[in-house]
Amino acid sequence: MNFLDFEQPIAELEAKIEELRYVDSDSKLNIHDEITKLQKRSKELTESIFSSLSAWQVSQIARHPLRPYTLDYINRLFTDFNELHGDRSFANDPAILTGIARFDGNPVAVVGHQKGRDIKERIYRNYGMPKPEGYRKALRIMQLAERFKLPVLTFIDTSGAYPGIGAEERGQSEAIARNLMAMSGLRTPIIATVIGEGGSGGALAIGVGDKLNMLQYSTYSVISPEGCASILWKNSEKAKDAAEALGVTAQRLQQLDLVDSVINEPLGGAHRDYDQTADGIRTTIKIQLNELNQLGVEALLDSRQKRLRACGFFR
Amino acid sequence: MSWLDKLLPSRIKTNGASRRTVPEGVWTKCDNCNAVLYRAELMRGLEVCPKCSHHMRIGARSRLDGFLDREVRVEIGSDIKPVDKFRFRDSKKYKDRLSSACKETGENDALIVIMGSVKEIPVVAVAFEFDFMGGSMGSVVGEKFVLAVDACIDNDAPLVCFSASGGARMQEALISLFQMAKTSSALAKLSKAGLPYISVLTNPTMGGVSASIASLGDINIAEPNALIGFAGPRVIEQTVRQTLPEGFQKSEFLLEHGNIDMILDRRDMRERIASLLSMLCHSQATSKTGNG
Repeated sequence: MNFLDFEQPIAELEAKIEELRYVDSDSKLNIHDEITKLQKRSKELTESIFSSLSAWQVSQIARHPLRPYTLDYINRLFTDFNELHGDRSFANDPAILTGIARFDGNPVAVVGHQKGRDIKERIYRNYGMPKPEGYRKALRIMQLAERFKLPVLTFIDTSGAYPGIGAEERGQSEAIARNLMAMSGLRTPIIATVIGEGGSGGALAIGVGDKLNMLQYSTYSVISPEGCASILWKNSEKAKDAAEALGVTAQRLQQLDLVDSVINEPLGGAHRDYDQTADGIRTTIKIQLNELNQLGVEALLDSRQKRLRACGFFR
Repeated sequence: MSWLDKLLPSRIKTNGASRRTVPEGVWTKCDNCNAVLYRAELMRGLEVCPKCSHHMRIGARSRLDGFLDREVRVEIGSDIKPVDKFRFRDSKKYKDRLSSACKETGENDALIVIMGSVKEIPVVAVAFEFDFMGGSMGSVVGEKFVLAVDACIDNDAPLVCFSASGGARMQEALISLFQMAKTSSALAKLSKAGLPYISVLTNPTMGGVSASIASLGDINIAEPNALIGFAGPRVIEQTVRQTLPEGFQKSEFLLEHGNIDMILDRRDMRERIASLLSMLCHSQATSKTGNG
């Protein structure tokens, strides 16, 4: 298990339990009760730490190196997944994964950011930071879904669109903007779920739709806490304050009515139990898909337009 | 009084106080070629240096004033004001930033919308006020942009947007990000209504504004030498750890890479946009030399 800084007390307790287990196996002393007691304490400790996480701590869980990624959910939520590649004009961007699959027996289109687990895969996936060709591939698949009446399920998990030379040359801005425009009028249901980091325009570019879900410890923000800190505080070490000010957590964003559904994670975060997390996502999407399928296309688009139109606070 | 004062005719007498009453800013300097310029002449030339054609920053109102026909202008959404929903506070409170921006610019927020005409073609024109918090897009900018699109549809008029913005307004957090979707979705409506949208990108157009309304024109026009892009050059340099190519993210670079349709001198903007709109809207030719 990979523990974050603020989880150190839990880590120490878990280490102690491990130690006792080792003793247990080759001694006649009965330490079973002791272990059970410690396990109970570890659970209570985790509960207490996780009941009052700061926005910055949640950001760290959202970026946890063991956190389940899009592919981990694809393997659990879908059958018959067929990955589709390429934007048909420049390249295939591995930072965005697209395909068609069956969800609960019915065909759907899947679009999601994909991060890498080990160094090699991280580089291959460009740390989950898409280039214009990634967004254009996503658009191609979404338009394919529209043509064949497949609902689109997107999974958001990126620190942001890739800030690179080639990405700018090929029109990163235009690629993102085009998706926002196209998704707002796509004639099929779109459900977006933030599973890890929802980083700015790079996240939104596959995030416009009829429902927006967030996993309990995922984040969604206009700018990364570090980026915001270095611009507004002129000090990237103020990221903790920036995370708080930006209100990046699912809980805070739901209070502001910006999120439809917050999906609970297992105690200690999604990485503690992939299956359980996937089950939570499945249940939520199933209900939403049922609801959206009841609407005709015109009613669906009408309600999506109204949602977008209503977004904003002013007087 | 000294003997000299007595000798001088009163009309050429000067003293410190009256010297200070000479209106400030009669003369100004070009930030590019350092030429000393007569302020009034510079304003007549839409803040473009007559010596080197450097495009200096122009306020949203002066911009629209120079672009639209004199007669019949209706401002839209001028009474909409921002609120601090997140009670955002960095080194300064958002509320305080808003009130000082308000005082400095005399505007309620960073977008001005005016319905009028250009060379008698009815048009809704919007312009970002960069001096209002870097022309950043929050709820008010988003709402006013949508009102502009609605006005286009109601009046069968095309839309022209002059952008100058650092991007989404961080102080409005996720709500400002969502304005990108809100405004882009309005443009989808405009497009469906068959009305043209001309986007003019001026220095600078970055981040969330570049990645939404500014890049979605039926025709995208840039002013010369404007910085236009998604990520800022400093962030890119830190990420890729290599020197950026010459002229990176400048208008000429974007033209070369196929991201914009043309670069226009600000002083030709009115004429050329009117000409483009007249063709897209199938109205009479606007140019005197035209034979239509």
